Amino acid sequence: MEINTAMMKRCVLLNISGRIDGSTAPKLQKSLNEVMTEGSYRIVLDLKRVDFVFSAGLWVLVNAQKKCKRFNRGELVLADVPQRIYDALDLAGFIPYFRTFEDSTKAVGSF
Amino acid sequence: MRSIAFPGRFSSLDDIRDFFTEAAKEADLDKKSIYHVQLAVDEAASNIIEHAYKGEGKGEIECSYLANPGRLEIYLHDHGHPFDPQSIEAPDLNAGLYMRKQSGLGMHFMKSLMDSIEFSFKRESGNYLKMVKTRKDRIAPHNRGRR
Repeated sequence: MEINTAMMKRCVLLNISGRIDGSTAPKLQKSLNEVMTEGSYRIVLDLKRVDFVFSAGLWVLVNAQKKCKRFNRGELVLADVPQRIYDALDLAGFIPYFRTFEDSTKAVGSF
Repeated sequence: MRSIAFPGRFSSLDDIRDFFTEAAKEADLDKKSIYHVQLAVDEAASNIIEHAYKGEGKGEIECSYLANPGRLEIYLHDHGHPFDPQSIEAPDLNAGLYMRKQSGLGMHFMKSLMDSIEFSFKRESGNYLKMVKTRKDRIAPHNRGRR
């Protein structure tokens, strides 16, 4: 799994590629924690290059969302979600927790 | 039946997934079913590392399968602590964000994505898991014309 972080004017954009499983989820959690520790709670995750997300990875997204939304200080939104990743989010019952956008430009523009 | 033992580490997940992906192709499962198999075996192997071995590098995950046209039987075996599937709390899929507890999702995926899952434990040899996936668009010859 690869993560590229870009600081935008009003949010942080993370482009992720590869698989988010029990092996790689800690790396994503670390990246998200670093972004939040620096005071950025408006985060876009671009998932178009993600092949798989397993439950360990889904929990990383949900736990980050809990931190972002606390005190109304921000939000984590998802962009360009592949159908199979959307299906996994849906199966987990996680769809209501996230706003999704068809691409990262629209997601970044939402902040 | 083909079998391979993988080290009980998260770094084995790719190899375990690849092993069962080939098995699913051998069983002529459709693309969606193959994806479901990949998700389910990843969750199952992760459960073994976390719950049976209670950590990485404590033992092996023995993976086997039986592939027939349109039907795949998956077998996972470990020598870890007894795993009681009843001890895993079912997730509350309707809970609000802050009420959602971090548990039970892997089991929920396995139950939802596979046709059947069965756990058993033998004191002398450990935990056994059998999962079955069948291709849905294929009608068994004896059922043709009944739909």
